[in-house]
Amino acid sequence: MDKKSKKSEKILDAALLLFSKNGFYATTIPDIARAMGMSVGNIYNYFSSKEKLAKEIIKYSSDILGEEIRKVNEQQASSQQKIRDIVAVYFDMASTKPQHINYFLRVYLANKEVFKEGCEGMLCVSAFVTELMIFFEDGVAKGELRNQDFFSAFGLFMGYLGGFVFLNGEGVLTKDLNDYVDDIALNIYNALKFQ
Amino acid sequence: MSKAKSSIVWLQGLTCNGNSHSFLNYSHMESFASSFDMLYHPLLLGDTSFDAILQSDTPFDFLILEGALSRDEDIIRKFGYPFHKVLDELASRARYIICAGSCASFGGIFRLKDEAKITGALFSGKSRGGYWSEKSNVINIPGCPVHPAWLIDTLFLLKREAKVSLDEFLRPKEIFSYLTHHGCLRNEYFEWKVDSKQLGEKEGCLFYEYGCQGPMTHANCNKILWNGVGSKTRAGSPCLGCTEFDFPKMKLYETQTNMSLPQTPFGISKRAYYSLAGIAKSFKIERLERKLIDEKDN
Repeated sequence: MDKKSKKSEKILDAALLLFSKNGFYATTIPDIARAMGMSVGNIYNYFSSKEKLAKEIIKYSSDILGEEIRKVNEQQASSQQKIRDIVAVYFDMASTKPQHINYFLRVYLANKEVFKEGCEGMLCVSAFVTELMIFFEDGVAKGELRNQDFFSAFGLFMGYLGGFVFLNGEGVLTKDLNDYVDDIALNIYNALKFQ
Repeated sequence: MSKAKSSIVWLQGLTCNGNSHSFLNYSHMESFASSFDMLYHPLLLGDTSFDAILQSDTPFDFLILEGALSRDEDIIRKFGYPFHKVLDELASRARYIICAGSCASFGGIFRLKDEAKITGALFSGKSRGGYWSEKSNVINIPGCPVHPAWLIDTLFLLKREAKVSLDEFLRPKEIFSYLTHHGCLRNEYFEWKVDSKQLGEKEGCLFYEYGCQGPMTHANCNKILWNGVGSKTRAGSPCLGCTEFDFPKMKLYETQTNMSLPQTPFGISKRAYYSLAGIAKSFKIERLERKLIDEKDN
């Protein structure tokens, strides 16, 4: 990675933290510049607008989560085991790098007007969605998962995980997020398995 | 082979005659007839009876097989003889054995009746080992039916002693290294994932709804066309994958999906295809949603 790319990634990380904590509109480029110790003008040398930065961040987060799920997909394991691994990866990220999941839930989904041009459809979350497509297709091909509409299965899986991370963020869960992995993975498997 | 005419014996196994009919549609039959002698064809009158050819020990150049094959006498006999006796005798005298069509090549639709007893010449579906376990002079020219130019161009090449490179299923690469997808007029719709709304219309891709096998079927149908003018996909009907070892699949006019995801094009990884398809589907291209010829514009 060249020097400019490294710096861009650092800006993405800093902006991700601020956006996910304070929201898109309450975070300004001067806030991000201050967190980076950079001038406002210099930030614009890397990202021409706050909206552009926001779109790059969702792609950045999707790539990171997609890469983790890709590792699960490449294992020689049953669909049941892979479901557990994906849940574990997701909850681990929500615990150790919550900004990624929070950004998705609190910025990307909540401010669609920011993303409507440049992030049409699945465009900015393609890396992550593609890995789930591969997981689902493989599970059906192996006779382990029930054949159904992709979005029915996708919604069940990711809606459940996203909702649970949201509950965790609200502080209403009685246990650590990672303690729910086995139960949630089993629920998802039972809902999706071939019967 | 010399400049003299090359000799052909055409033998039918279990068949619907489709490849013979396709052969008779060849558009340069005079040229063919001036270079080849059809010693025997079941649909054509010849100078010599089949029995006389069978009893002779004269070698000939091409044994063209049409239809699926079987060694079981209860399944097929010819002229009162067990079929295997006829086929083994003729095969021993032929320089080349050409399987015309998918049934002779892989077993085709007849194989579905009894996969153990009904096969192609050297293949049973995808598996090597059919009527014969091994033979070095067999060429497969599958299709349902075979395109007449595929068959006759190959005969001309062999007659000229030209090298005919074959793929792993013994198909001439010159024909079968292409995919039906190549040259399809619907490629722009495929790129942008715009589906056909109904069979027979000019617009849309037949891959997502109507089971088109074009992106995974080896054949140059959309390069050389049929009867010089068209192809299934050009006419608004899906490619049925008839040149492949697994033809015919079931539910040919429906796209088979796993969790809404279709089989990916030949040689394209799921990751590559789903990424690209997902991105293309994110956009709505107004021009491609409209009829090609919109009467309202007039």
